[in-house]
Amino acid sequence: MESSTLKKSLKLFTVFFKIGAFTFGGGLAMIPYIEREIVDKHKWIKSEDIIDIFAIAQSVPGVIAVNSSVFVGYRVAGLLGAFSATLGVVLPSYIIISIIALFLYNFKEYPYVTEAFYGIQAGVAALMCHVVFKLGKSGIKNGYALILAIAAFLAVTFFGIPAIPVLLTAGVLGLVVMTINGRKNKGEENR
Amino acid sequence: MKTLIELFLIFAKVGLFTVGGGYAMIPLITQEIVQRSWLTLEGVIDIIAISEMTPGPFAINSATFIGVRQMGLIGGASSTLGVVMPSFIIVVFIAKYFTKFKDHPVVKSVLSGLRPAVIGLITSSAFMIAKKAFIGEGAGSLLASINWKSLIIFALALAGILKLKIHPAILIILCGVLGVILFAWL
Repeated sequence: MESSTLKKSLKLFTVFFKIGAFTFGGGLAMIPYIEREIVDKHKWIKSEDIIDIFAIAQSVPGVIAVNSSVFVGYRVAGLLGAFSATLGVVLPSYIIISIIALFLYNFKEYPYVTEAFYGIQAGVAALMCHVVFKLGKSGIKNGYALILAIAAFLAVTFFGIPAIPVLLTAGVLGLVVMTINGRKNKGEENR
Repeated sequence: MKTLIELFLIFAKVGLFTVGGGYAMIPLITQEIVQRSWLTLEGVIDIIAISEMTPGPFAINSATFIGVRQMGLIGGASSTLGVVMPSFIIVVFIAKYFTKFKDHPVVKSVLSGLRPAVIGLITSSAFMIAKKAFIGEGAGSLLASINWKSLIIFALALAGILKLKIHPAILIILCGVLGVILFAWL
């Protein structure tokens, strides 16, 4: 085995351990960390590709955080990378929840836990807002994409439509629009 | 041993049959767990609360919690492995072939629609998190129910991200400390 694969896998483990230990608020809340560590710092994957990875992570069964960790890990360092990233992202949960389940069942009632959580919630909101602007800048390049993004946002947020039908519709729309555009371009070339 | 395998299989089923992650898993987990009287409905609600207040994905947290409660650390490992396994196999398979097919015109077209939609979904997730953080459950007008302390922490955090480029993990710790200062001591 190449030593660079091994090195990358070890690094993936520590990066995803950090992500697992500090991500509050579900799978998509790990994007700020991935942007920071995988895209900006290590430059393993490009920002546009991250959006693709999360598109796929949401469309297939399973835990979104795990799906995206497996995908990123695999892209960076193959099967060993996928394994390291997954182990890294799961281990903090396992440790923390085991401690709570075994010893601190009433941890919610401990002093300052709720207050700290309120602060963390506001912090996660800030991280997410920042990442929305960042991804919007790199991922939305025309009016059609903007309309699609807004429509998806409204559908999920205000009409309670689950993510999967929204993604399915968007995928089909993408296919239809690109096919029509492709035909138009071909027609113009032929003229 | 029987319980150990059962834990693994139940959570493998949860992992395999929920698309959309996180809270989409609650109905299936509840059904499987309450049916076996491993946990009452209140127990499930407790897990949801604990999951929200601890880092990590909800599905992993609940799998670990239920496993550990049933059979200690090994039980937790078994259920966690179960919930992760389907994801791992499916995504490795996709990742393997994705690089090959990602330039195929059909895949490209589908992705051109998926990308903006995913950004919409991320925005929705940001919106929900912000709403939960800023708006209290108290009745009355919107303005009256806004939590100004949370808004202050949010503004400080955003400034920290933009101006100081604080690492997300450090930011979370600082926000936790700020939360204690503002909500408990002021």
